[in-house]
Amino acid sequence: MAGLIDAIGGAASPDPHRPWPRRLVDADGWAALVEQLVEGRWALAGLWGDLAAVHMSLLDAGSGDLAVASLACPAGSFPSVARHHPPAHRLERTIRDLFGLEPVGAPDDRSWLDHGRWLVRHPLGERAAASGEGEPYAFLTAEGEGLHQIAVGPVHAGIIEPGHFRFTANGETIVRLEERLGYTHKGVESLLAGAAPDRAARLAARRSGDSTVAYSIGFARAFEAALGAEVPARAHWLRGLMAELERIANHLGDIGAICNDASFALMHAHTAVLREWVLRQSQSCFGHRLMMDKVVPGGIAADLDPAGVDGLRSLVGRVRAAFPHLVELYDETASLQDRTVGTGTLSHALARQYGCGGYVGRASARSFDTRRDLAYPPYDKLRFDVPVFQEGDVNARVWVRIREVEQSLGLIDQLLDSMPPGEVAVALPVAGDRREGLAMVEGFRGDILCWLRLGPTGLVERCHLRDPSWFHWPLLEAAIEGNIVADFPLCNKSFNCSYSGHDL
Amino acid sequence: MRKLLFESLIRSPLTEPLPDPELSMLAELAATLGRVARQRLGRSLSIREIDAGSCNGCELEIHALGNAYYDIERFGLRFVASPRHADVLLVTGPVTRNMREALERTYNATPAPKWVVAVGDCGYDGGCFAGSYAVVGGVSQILPVDLHIAGCPPSPAMLLRGLVSLIEQANQKNSSP
Repeated sequence: MAGLIDAIGGAASPDPHRPWPRRLVDADGWAALVEQLVEGRWALAGLWGDLAAVHMSLLDAGSGDLAVASLACPAGSFPSVARHHPPAHRLERTIRDLFGLEPVGAPDDRSWLDHGRWLVRHPLGERAAASGEGEPYAFLTAEGEGLHQIAVGPVHAGIIEPGHFRFTANGETIVRLEERLGYTHKGVESLLAGAAPDRAARLAARRSGDSTVAYSIGFARAFEAALGAEVPARAHWLRGLMAELERIANHLGDIGAICNDASFALMHAHTAVLREWVLRQSQSCFGHRLMMDKVVPGGIAADLDPAGVDGLRSLVGRVRAAFPHLVELYDETASLQDRTVGTGTLSHALARQYGCGGYVGRASARSFDTRRDLAYPPYDKLRFDVPVFQEGDVNARVWVRIREVEQSLGLIDQLLDSMPPGEVAVALPVAGDRREGLAMVEGFRGDILCWLRLGPTGLVERCHLRDPSWFHWPLLEAAIEGNIVADFPLCNKSFNCSYSGHDL
Repeated sequence: MRKLLFESLIRSPLTEPLPDPELSMLAELAATLGRVARQRLGRSLSIREIDAGSCNGCELEIHALGNAYYDIERFGLRFVASPRHADVLLVTGPVTRNMREALERTYNATPAPKWVVAVGDCGYDGGCFAGSYAVVGGVSQILPVDLHIAGCPPSPAMLLRGLVSLIEQANQKNSSP
C-alpha cells in the first residue's frame, strides 16, 4: 500500500515543513482526500485556516504517518469537508468564524465560536467591524408529543468551565443533546500570530490548564522540528516525567470525580488525597504544582536534583500502595457499578470515524496512543501497554484511566532508572527563513496536534493547537442519547472534555 | 469499603493548619470591606465559583480546596450551586466577550451583601490574554472587585489565606456596633 504522502500527491510546500511533509493540493486532490476520510482509510487529525488557505492534517494510525494537505482559497472559499465527513463540522464553522473562508456545501451554516459578541468579524482574516451585541442561536429541533427542553449553562452548578447544553427530553430520557461552546474563546491564535517564542510558549501552556505540560511539549516539539533542532536526552526524559505526573494527577482527579457524580463521595475524597500528593511532589521537584512553563522550546526550565528523584520514588511507592485499595473499592461497590456499567455507550464505529483519541477512544476499542504509534522520545525507549476496552461505556472509560495510572507509574520508574545525565536545554537558533513544524503528543485526554510557522525574524507567524476535545465533544452528544438526564453529569465527567482547549 | 472507612477512623487527620494570612492581602481587604454592608452573616460564607474564561488552571486549584489537606469547609466556607445562595462570587479568568453577559447576570442574581473575589493573574488584568479581540480584561472591568488573589494559578494555600482573610474582615465589621 502506498504511503500517506504518495497518496496525497500535489506539490511540495514552498517552505521546509518538518518532520512530516505538507503538500499543496488542488480542489480535485482535496476532494480525493476527503473521499479517503469517508472510507475510513485515514483519520482527520486537524482542519484549520490560514490567510487565504485551509490546511487539513491526515493521520494514518496504522503506519504512524502524519501529513498536512493545503488548499489555496483565492476566492475565499473551499469545498466543505463536513458535507461528506461529519467530524469536520465544528472545525469548518470555526474556520469561517475566524478567517471568513466559506466552506462551500457545508450542511451547517451557523457560526460556532463567534457569538456575535466581538467587535470584529473574521479576526484572523479580512477583518470587518461588528456591533458586539450578540446574536440569537438556532438550536436544532426535536419535535414530538411530550418532548420538553432543558437549558443548562453557560454557568454550571459546579466548579467547572462554561458551556451551554440544550437537552430535549421525553420524561427522563434524553432524545437530543446539543452543545454550544465558545464561551471561553480568548482569541489565542490571534495572540500567537507575531508572538516571540517565549510569549508563544506561555500562551500554549495556557490553552488548557490541566494539560499544560502536554501543550508545552507539543509546542516545543513543533518549534524544534521547524528549526531542525535537537534537544538533550535529559530534557526528553524530564519532559516525559512531567507528562506522566500530569497524566496520573488528572486521571486520579477524574476517577474520583466520576464516582462523585454517582454520589459516591468516598472515592472522591481518597483520590483527591492521592492527587494532592502528586501535585505537591511536582511543586517540590519542578517548582510549580501543575508544572506550568517548565517545558520550554529548547528543553526544560527546571532540572531534577537527587532529592527530587528520591521524592518521586517515594511518591510512586505511596501511590502504588494506596491505589489498589481504591480500585478494589470501585470494582466491588455494586451500587456504583450500577450507575457506570452500560451508561453513555459510545460505539466503536463512531470513535473510529472521529479519530477519537485518549481514554474515550480507547474505551471504545480504538487502540491508538501517540506515545506508541507516533513514538517520540523518551517513549521510543520505554516499555508500556496501551489499555483498550471494548464496551465504550462510563465504566470502560474509568477502567482505561485506572490502567493508565498503573502504566504511568511504571513509566516513571523506568524514566528515573534510565535518566541520562547532562544539559537540560539548548539555545535555539533563529532560522533566518520561513519554516514550519508539526507535532503530535499524547496529553492525558488524547492526542494534541501542534502546527506552527516561524517567520524569518524568529517570531511565530501562525500557530494552531488542536485539542483532543474537538473530536470528543460531538461524540458526547451521541453517547448520551437514550440515557436519562440524571446520568448526564456522569457521562460528561467520564469524557471530561476541555472547554478552554476547544474554544481556542 | 468497610476497611477503608475503618482506617479513616483510626488514622490522624491529613488536614493542615491554616497558613498565615498574607499581610498585603489583609490591607487590601480592610480598604475595600469598609464600604460594604454590615448585615450579619454569621461565621460562614457561601461561595459561587464562576469561570469567566479561564484556562481551567485556577479551577483545578479551587477544587483542591475541598481535599482533606485544605478542607475549606472547616472555616465555614462552602461552595454553592446557585448564585441565589451565594455571599461571595469567586471569579476566574480573563473575562471573555462571550462570557461577559453571563457574568453580569450571575452577579445580578446574587443577593446583597455580596463580595467579589477575582482569582489569578488573568482575573486581575487579563494576564497573557489581555489585548485580544475576544477578551474584555480583568474581572474589575465588569464587576466591583473586593479582593484579588494573585498567581498563575494561585496555590490552594494562597486561595485559602485570601478567603479566610475575607471572612475575618466580614466578622470584624459585624461585631463592631
